[in-house]
Amino acid sequence: MNPLTGYLLVAALLFAIGLAGALTRRNAILVLIGIELMLNAANLNLIAFWRYGPHPEALTGMMFAIFSIAVAAAEAAVGLGLVISIHRHAHTTDIDQMNRMKG
Amino acid sequence: MSPIFYILAALSVAGALAAVLLKNTVHCALALTAAFAGLALLFLELDAQFAGFVQILVYIGAVAILVVFAILLTRDSETPKDTVYGHNPIIGLVAAAGIFAVLAWAVLQSAAALPHAAASPAAVPAVTVMDIGNALMGRYVLPLEIVALLLTAALIGAVIVAMHEKEGAR
Repeated sequence: MNPLTGYLLVAALLFAIGLAGALTRRNAILVLIGIELMLNAANLNLIAFWRYGPHPEALTGMMFAIFSIAVAAAEAAVGLGLVISIHRHAHTTDIDQMNRMKG
Repeated sequence: MSPIFYILAALSVAGALAAVLLKNTVHCALALTAAFAGLALLFLELDAQFAGFVQILVYIGAVAILVVFAILLTRDSETPKDTVYGHNPIIGLVAAAGIFAVLAWAVLQSAAALPHAAASPAAVPAVTVMDIGNALMGRYVLPLEIVALLLTAALIGAVIVAMHEKEGAR
């Protein structure tokens, strides 16, 4: 098997696992964990294409992955802050019970 | 494909599966850390040393700790013991399986068109951390500044969102 194909398949599997977690879990923190897994799968794709692409010295895929990691860190911080804030208001992290937009 | 790749891929996939399947949220966070570590090792296997160590620092060092903090701060609302899944987990599972099937089909169909289709081990890219630093300070300096601004905004926003709002509660 082509090495790149193997990495792409692993990334697709990780993405599907993260998506399944984000779609099926009730705890908002677990939904965020699923989103993080999906972002990581995308990063693995970027790095794999950088490694086996025609011009690795151009560093395009590497830069995409590094900026993607930074944006994912910002997203995790804001998302978990939101979860803590909602928990303080509604005393729940169950997304099925988060059905009001008023505080 | 080297056996190391299979071991690391199995570690990452097993960690990810445990992270979304386990009932105890603290166990989920630990499994998530294992998945992040497996991905970092996959990055190292791909000769992306900088990305691998950034993955360890940012994800295992920061994001996993944030997740554990959030879990422990919201601990008193422990999910009911009957189920940890939403109303219709089957629909979510079917959607995820369908997306994986489409992605895997696309990857396998386009295998011949991928770079280095001859399965020859590509030459290790001669990219050092100095090259990455030069690129970040040269060609990619504007995105770097924008990311710095975004991180500052996210830091302030996260603090404001999570801050106490009631009088006297600060």
